[in-house]
Amino acid sequence: MSVISEIVKDMNGYKLHIVNTEKYKTNTLVWKMKAPLNQEEVTLRALLPYVLQSNSKSYPSTAKLRSYLDELYGATLHVDLSKKGEFHIISFAIEIANEKFLKDGTPLLRKGIDLLAEIITNPNISEDAFDARTVEKEKRTLKQRIQSVYDDKMRYASSRLVEEMCKGEPYALHVHGEMDAVDQITPESLYQYFKKALADDELDLYVIGDVVEEEVTAAAKETLQFSSRTPKSLTDNEPKQIEKVEEIKEVQDVKQGKLNIGFRTNVVYGDPEYFALQVLNGIYGGFSHSKLFINVREKASLAYYAASRLESHKGLLMVMSGIDQKNYEQAVSIINEQMKAVKDGDFNEQELQQTKAVLKNQILETIDTARGIVEVLYHNVVSKKNVTLDEWIQKMDATTKEDIVKVADKIQLDTIYFLTGKEESA
Amino acid sequence: MEKIPFEQLQEELYYEKLSNGLDVFILPKKGFNKTFATFTTKYGSIDNHFVPPGKNEPVKVPDGIAHFLEHKLFEKEDGDVFQQFSRQGASANAFTSFTRTAYLFSSTSDVERNLETLMDFVQEPYFTEKTVEKEKGIIGQEITMYDDNPDWRLYFGLIENLYQNHPVKIDIAGTIDSISHITKDMLYECYHTFYHPSNMLLFIVGPVDVEQIMNQVKENQARKSFEKQSEIKRIFEPEIAESNEKMKVLEMNVHSSKCLIGIKALHVDQNGEEMLKNELTTNVLLDLLFGKSSDNYEYLYNEGLIDDTFSYDYTQEQGFGFAMIGGDTSDPDRLVEVIKKMLLDVKTSNPITEQSLEGAKRKKIGAFLRAINSPEFIANQFTRYAFNGMNLFDVVPTLEKISLSDVQKLSNEFISEDRFSVCQVVPKGK
Repeated sequence: MSVISEIVKDMNGYKLHIVNTEKYKTNTLVWKMKAPLNQEEVTLRALLPYVLQSNSKSYPSTAKLRSYLDELYGATLHVDLSKKGEFHIISFAIEIANEKFLKDGTPLLRKGIDLLAEIITNPNISEDAFDARTVEKEKRTLKQRIQSVYDDKMRYASSRLVEEMCKGEPYALHVHGEMDAVDQITPESLYQYFKKALADDELDLYVIGDVVEEEVTAAAKETLQFSSRTPKSLTDNEPKQIEKVEEIKEVQDVKQGKLNIGFRTNVVYGDPEYFALQVLNGIYGGFSHSKLFINVREKASLAYYAASRLESHKGLLMVMSGIDQKNYEQAVSIINEQMKAVKDGDFNEQELQQTKAVLKNQILETIDTARGIVEVLYHNVVSKKNVTLDEWIQKMDATTKEDIVKVADKIQLDTIYFLTGKEESA
Repeated sequence: MEKIPFEQLQEELYYEKLSNGLDVFILPKKGFNKTFATFTTKYGSIDNHFVPPGKNEPVKVPDGIAHFLEHKLFEKEDGDVFQQFSRQGASANAFTSFTRTAYLFSSTSDVERNLETLMDFVQEPYFTEKTVEKEKGIIGQEITMYDDNPDWRLYFGLIENLYQNHPVKIDIAGTIDSISHITKDMLYECYHTFYHPSNMLLFIVGPVDVEQIMNQVKENQARKSFEKQSEIKRIFEPEIAESNEKMKVLEMNVHSSKCLIGIKALHVDQNGEEMLKNELTTNVLLDLLFGKSSDNYEYLYNEGLIDDTFSYDYTQEQGFGFAMIGGDTSDPDRLVEVIKKMLLDVKTSNPITEQSLEGAKRKKIGAFLRAINSPEFIANQFTRYAFNGMNLFDVVPTLEKISLSDVQKLSNEFISEDRFSVCQVVPKGK
C-alpha cells in the first residue's frame, strides 16, 4: 500500500510540492492561488483564470495556444475555481504525457512548466491592460456560466441552500461571482487585480509524476518568481447563532422536487473532532450503506438519491435528495429522525466498522489519481495544519461511538430548502 | 492463460476463456492502491426484442427492463449487496448503457472477498413481486430526475430524431408507464437470456497477483453449473439510412438555450479493426473541425455562439451510431446554420492538411495515455471494445496509421445533409 510522500520547498513567493510516483503515464502540474472570499473581488477572481488560459503574449490567440498544446501530445490545460471554507481558490492544471511511453522521446515536462509559467506570468497585455477582445468574450462566457446554474436543478438547489443558510457570510458568495458585477470589469481593472493577486495570494505549485526533484526545482526557480508575502488569514467571525430553523420553499416549473437541508457542524478540518465528524457523515448519509440511503430510498422508496456531504473548512453538513413534492413532509421527517438517531447513538458496531472501512477505501482511492493527491494535500494549506495521510487514517480508524455522539451534539439544523413544482399534486 | 504484452505502454494483459464461455481479463497495475473489477453482460437497453433460450417465439419486453434488472440484482433474500460490499471496504456500483450492463466494485483491501461477492451476486438472481414493486418508486424518481435535466432531454431528443425504428431511441430507464408493466417473471426471462457466462466479460485491474486471481475466478465458476447456451437471437427492425426527423425544439424551464447537431452514422455493421479505424478516424475528423485549436472553434467562440460547454463526440455500436456537436448557446438557430456550413464546407474546401492531421493524431495519442491512468477507463472501455471485436490497446497503432486520404474519404462519405438532425432546448415562453 502506498502512502503519499510529499517534498515541500519554499520558493520565491510560493511553495513547491513534489510527489514522485511511477504510477502514471503522464505528469501533472497544478498551480493554486488562494485568497479570502469577498464581494468586491469575487467576480474579478472568477474571470481572471479564464482570461489567462485563453491566450498569452507568446500565443496570442486560443487557436495558437491550443495548437501548441496539441503539439505537446495533447497536453491539457484546465482552470478551475473552488471555495474551501471562506477562501476562493483558483487552480490551473496542466497534464502532459511522459515521453517514456511515446515513440518520440523528446522531454516534455520542462515544456509543460514553461507553458504554465507563460500562462501565469506572461499574459496578452498592452499598456497595463489585458487584451480587450479577450476580456470581452470571457465576460460573455462568465455570464453564461453564472446563468447556467439555474438550468441544472440539482446544482441550483444546492447553491440556493448555501445562499440562504450563509446569508451575510462570505461563504454565500458564488465561485463564479455575481452577474451584476461582470459588466463593470474593464481590461484595465482586471489587469490591476491580476497584479494584486500575484502579489498577495498564497501560491502553491504541485508537481506529480515520475519526475526528478532537482530538475523540477531548477525549472520552477527559473520560470516562476514572485515577491515574498504573508498570506492573508480570515478575520475571525463569531459563529452563527441559530435562533430558529429557516424553512424555504421555492416554486418553479420542475417535475421532481429537490430537497436540500443544511446543518452547522461547528467543527472544521484540523480540529480534533474532525475525524469523528467524517465517520458520522458516513454513518448518516455519505454512502450507499448509510442511514439516509437505507431509510429514504430503500425502505420508503421516496427517492433515487438521498445523501449527505461535508464542507470541511466551513463546517457544514448538507443533505440532498430528489423527491416527489407530495412526499416533502415525510422525507423531511425521515431525514431529521435519522439525524436524531445518530445523535442518540442509535447505530451499531457494524455501521461503525463498515463506515470506517469505506472511508479508508475512499481516501486510498482518491490518491490513486494525481488530481486527488493534490486535493488531499491542499487541505493542509487551507487549514494551516499538517495532517498526514497516515494520521488521517489512523485517527479516523480510532474513532469510537462516544466520539461520534459527542461531535453529533455540536451539529445544529440550520435551513431546510425545497425547490418544488408548480401544481400541488393530489 | 495467455499473456499479451504492450511494450510501448509498459503494460501486460492476461486473458483466458473459461470452459463456461466467460472471458476473463486481468491487467496488473503496480503502485496503485485500488483494484477495480467490472462484470459486464452484453445486454443493454436496445435488446428489447429477442427469442428466449429454449423457446421458438420472440418476445418484446417493456422499455427500461435491462436497467430495472440491474437495480434488482443488488437485492437478495438476506439484504442488500451494497451493505456487504461496504462491510468489506469496497465501493460498488452498476450502470446500464444501450448495449451493456456492468456491475463493478473498487477496493483497496479484501479484493478476493469482494471479487467473490461480485461474481456471486450477479450470478444469483433473487426477484420477488414485492421487491419489484418497491423498486418502481425508486426508478420512478430516477426517471423524473432525468426529465428535469435539459442536457439529458437534449441528448435523447436528438437520438429520437435520428432513428425511426432502432431501440436506441428509447430512454435507457424507460418511462414511468413502461416500468409499471415489469414483473418478476419478465426479469427472470431476460436474466436467463442474457446473463449466461458466454455473453459476459470479467475485467480486473489493479495491484493483483494474476495467477491467484485467475485461479480464484476459475474455482468460483467451476462451482456453478450453467446449461450450454446457443447464440442469442436478437431482433431488430430495418432502419432507414437518413435521419428520421430533421428538427425538434423542446421548451423547458431553463435560462440558457442548448443545441445539438447530430449526424447519423454509416457502416454500423462493422466490427473489429475496421470499426476501430472508422471510429478513430471520425473522432480525428471532429477534432480537426471543432477542436479548441481549430479555426472553427475560435470563430464560434469569438462570435459568442458557444461557451465552455461546447463539445463533440462520435459513438458507434453494432446497429447504430452518431456524431453530436453542440452545447449551450445564445443563438441556437444561428449555431445550426454555422455548424452545418462548416461541416459541408469540408467537402469542397479541403481544409485538412498533413500538418493539422499530425497535430490531431498527437493529441489523441496523449489523450489515450492520460486515459489509461484510470483503471475505470481501462476496464469499461476494454469491455466495450471487446464486445465489438476490437482491442483497446490497438488504439495508438491504429491512430498512427490514419492517413490524410483516410480522413478525406471519410469526410466525403460521412458528412451528408440527409443524415443531419437538430435538437434544441429553449427557455419556456420565449
